Amino acid sequence: MTSLHWLTQFIEVLAALAAAPLFVGWINQCRAWLQNKSAPSLLQPYRGIRKLFHKDAVLATQASPLFRLAPYVVFGSMVCAAAVIPSLGTRLPFSDAADAIALVGLFATARVFMSLAAMDVGTAFGSLGARREMLVGFLAEPALLMVIFLASLIATSTSLPAISEGLATQTLALYPSLAFTGVAFVLVLLAENARIPVDNPATHLELTMIHEAMLLEYSARHLALMEWASALKLFNYACIGFALFLPWGAATGDAPALATLLASIPILGLKLLAAGSVLALIETVSAKLRIFRAPEFLATAFLFAVLGLLVHLLLGA
Amino acid sequence: MRRVLFPLGALAGLCLAAAAVISIALPAEKLVLPIGLPDLPIHLRRDALSSVFLFLLGAASAGISIFGAGYFRAGEGTAPGLLCLQYHLFLASMGFVLLADDAYGFMVSWEMMALSSYFLVTTQHRIPEIRSAGFLYLLIAHLGAIAILLSFGVMQGGSWQFTFDAMRSATLAPTWAAVAFSLALFGFGAKAGLVPLHVWLPEAHPAAPSPVSALLSGVMLKTALYGMLRVTFDLLGAPTWWWGLIPIALGLFTAIYGVVFAAAQTDMKRLLAFSSIENIGILFTGVGLAIVFLGVGMTTLSALALIAVLYHAINHAFMKSLLFLGTGSVLHATGERNLGRLGGLIHRMPWVAWLTLIGALAIAGLPPLNGFVSEWLLLQAFLSAHEVPRSFVNMLLPLGAAVIALAAALAAYVMVKFFGVIFLGQPREAGLAKAHDAGWLERVGLLWLAAGCVALGLMPTQVIALLALIPEQLGIVEAMPTASSWWHLVPVSGRAAAYAPLVFLIAIVATIIITVGLVSLLYHRRSRRSAPWDCGFARLDARMQDTAEGFGQPIRHIFLQFFDMQRELPTPFDRAPHYRVVVGDRFWSSIYLRLAKWVQRVAEAVAWLQQGRIATYLLYSFITLIVLLALVL
Repeated sequence: MTSLHWLTQFIEVLAALAAAPLFVGWINQCRAWLQNKSAPSLLQPYRGIRKLFHKDAVLATQASPLFRLAPYVVFGSMVCAAAVIPSLGTRLPFSDAADAIALVGLFATARVFMSLAAMDVGTAFGSLGARREMLVGFLAEPALLMVIFLASLIATSTSLPAISEGLATQTLALYPSLAFTGVAFVLVLLAENARIPVDNPATHLELTMIHEAMLLEYSARHLALMEWASALKLFNYACIGFALFLPWGAATGDAPALATLLASIPILGLKLLAAGSVLALIETVSAKLRIFRAPEFLATAFLFAVLGLLVHLLLGA
Repeated sequence: MRRVLFPLGALAGLCLAAAAVISIALPAEKLVLPIGLPDLPIHLRRDALSSVFLFLLGAASAGISIFGAGYFRAGEGTAPGLLCLQYHLFLASMGFVLLADDAYGFMVSWEMMALSSYFLVTTQHRIPEIRSAGFLYLLIAHLGAIAILLSFGVMQGGSWQFTFDAMRSATLAPTWAAVAFSLALFGFGAKAGLVPLHVWLPEAHPAAPSPVSALLSGVMLKTALYGMLRVTFDLLGAPTWWWGLIPIALGLFTAIYGVVFAAAQTDMKRLLAFSSIENIGILFTGVGLAIVFLGVGMTTLSALALIAVLYHAINHAFMKSLLFLGTGSVLHATGERNLGRLGGLIHRMPWVAWLTLIGALAIAGLPPLNGFVSEWLLLQAFLSAHEVPRSFVNMLLPLGAAVIALAAALAAYVMVKFFGVIFLGQPREAGLAKAHDAGWLERVGLLWLAAGCVALGLMPTQVIALLALIPEQLGIVEAMPTASSWWHLVPVSGRAAAYAPLVFLIAIVATIIITVGLVSLLYHRRSRRSAPWDCGFARLDARMQDTAEGFGQPIRHIFLQFFDMQRELPTPFDRAPHYRVVVGDRFWSSIYLRLAKWVQRVAEAVAWLQQGRIATYLLYSFITLIVLLALVL
């Protein structure tokens, strides 16, 4: 590992922390334009987080220490996840600590802690949200794992940077199987990040909420960390998508030039701009599903992933 | 007295565990005990496979015994002295099962294990439900034992020598080998709780006192796994590859079935019992995978699958014992097993709550705890299954990874329900305010098991280095590829996959500490307490929290076909609305009740023979004698 690899690692985590709220801001802006509304500023998520950090935290009288611990665990998991995902370079010193399966485990840890915290205060909506989040989670997790399995079969590795590098450096080969799993991945991304059609990030109608219902009791710095963590989660998912399906542009190889590393930052920015507008488009043209249609939605994702796997095993491509 | 005997038992367990770890690398040792029937001494043998399970037995029972010292007290049911005897007899017989080197010694200790555990399960024998649960357990245990006995009978291969050495050297025709394997799978599957032979498990585990449930689930189920491994990889020698497909199919189905039922339970010990069924499914899937790999000559992967199985067995012993003991403390503190009457105990019993949380997170398969490591290894083995040179099978096997992933994700759902409903939220009953935390002996037991979960999760390389000796000693593989460094887990090849839990944990903890530090440095740490937000409805109370039934409702909805469900729903006009849902097991009504009816019918038909007159019975003897003479002459 050269110092450049450590530099890549460092820049990558910082970039994730800084760009995640910006990415959410960009999606909100696109969505507002598509819906003929006047758009909020790109920096609006930052302002929200900053405002929350300044406020006094209000805790429910019966909240346990678990409730206060959870935002830090969730945030910490998301930062570590950002360190594993090859968004700028594929030779990350930290990536040996956790492969793609451990990455999925990291997301699961965050989800479990968030759900436990939601049940901690003991209000009706909190446990409702926890139950629904775990429902979406247990359906989405196998689908995500199948997507990763297919990519790791192609690259004969479960390490995400190795997969990404394998896909990026080989001569442009078309994998029909990846097309199927690409669809599956987008469906999982929508469900896992509380986007329409499974959940609505902008809703404040208690009966339809999943993600927001879990955060009802949080305020101030805890809420800020939770909001930042969910922005990071969306950013991480987008970067997993790039690593699997658009792996070009990241710094690869044992000794990448500093120039490639520098060039990879605007390339990542362009990818995020494109992904954000596509997400906003999907969210604008689709309607929110009833909660019990969510299993069908995610079963579709799972079947697409399995189909991709079968296509790969049948055709070898 | 129990304050002395149980800690002594725990000490013996610790010594056993230490001896097992030291002896694992040694070559096999043998001993012939001159007890038993004349000319039929008991053979004992300790090899690496025995050592692993002896470690499991010793280490898990050390925690359970020290907990038991604080837990068991005089009351209803069996007297404490007798209970202590039964408990240690149970432990000793499990040890002998793991050491036996002939069918005779194995079956005797196997039966001792079944009987002593039967008496432990029926400790509260004045309650009719517990008596019938114990009877069901005894019945299925004996059906299994008969199958195991028959399997040994097939494996001696005409030599009529019942030592395991004779079975190792016997050569069986492929058909007979398959028969022996199926009988062993039935027998050990019945003991382990493989679907459809699982019905005793959710009845017997809740019936027993909690330390006994912990032993049953954490340790005794693993003796069945030990038997399966011993027969398949040692006594039968070279298994045919397609045998493995049967345990894979049964195991995957068992895993899903167990976890789906666990999600629908409202009794905390039944929930854990179904979760044990899930884990047994995962274990048998791994066994099947190891057989398939070995049969087609992919020895390294076979060893990997076997290591995953052994690792998961040890992990499950720690996690499940921890959870069962946690429910025991809750049961003592509140007198409630029903999830719907618990809640908010993290404030009253912080020790039990936080230690149980470790167990719950571990069994949910979350990194960096131990449950994740073994599932990760199993998934790595599954990911290579597409290289099996058998068409169709190589396409179906990777889908098994999807089922394992689904089971693991559902296990997280179950554990959020388990922990959230018992320990979080507000107390659902007024009596819970009087709940007290566990005593110091109980805490030590819980702490030991929780520390085991953490240590097994953080040091996989060291554990695997020891476990790798088993496939080597069984002759499956020459030598496992060794790890590159002590903190870095690399199962097969360098850049293919890696996992370093210690780095992982340090990274997360460091991030958390930095975040806490930065937030308080840049902003402030002020906070105040207030009532929770009630959405404008001012009379929010503890009864409005989600119940255990409510938390399981999405699962009942999605996996409707699994359940035999009876529901009584209120109409909008009911003055006294009444809601009742009973979730039953389809296997119970479709197999067991029919079988029972059929047995009853046959018994009634045979009862015609019983005329009740001496002369008739003498006539029967006479006819039998004539027939036998006619056959012989």
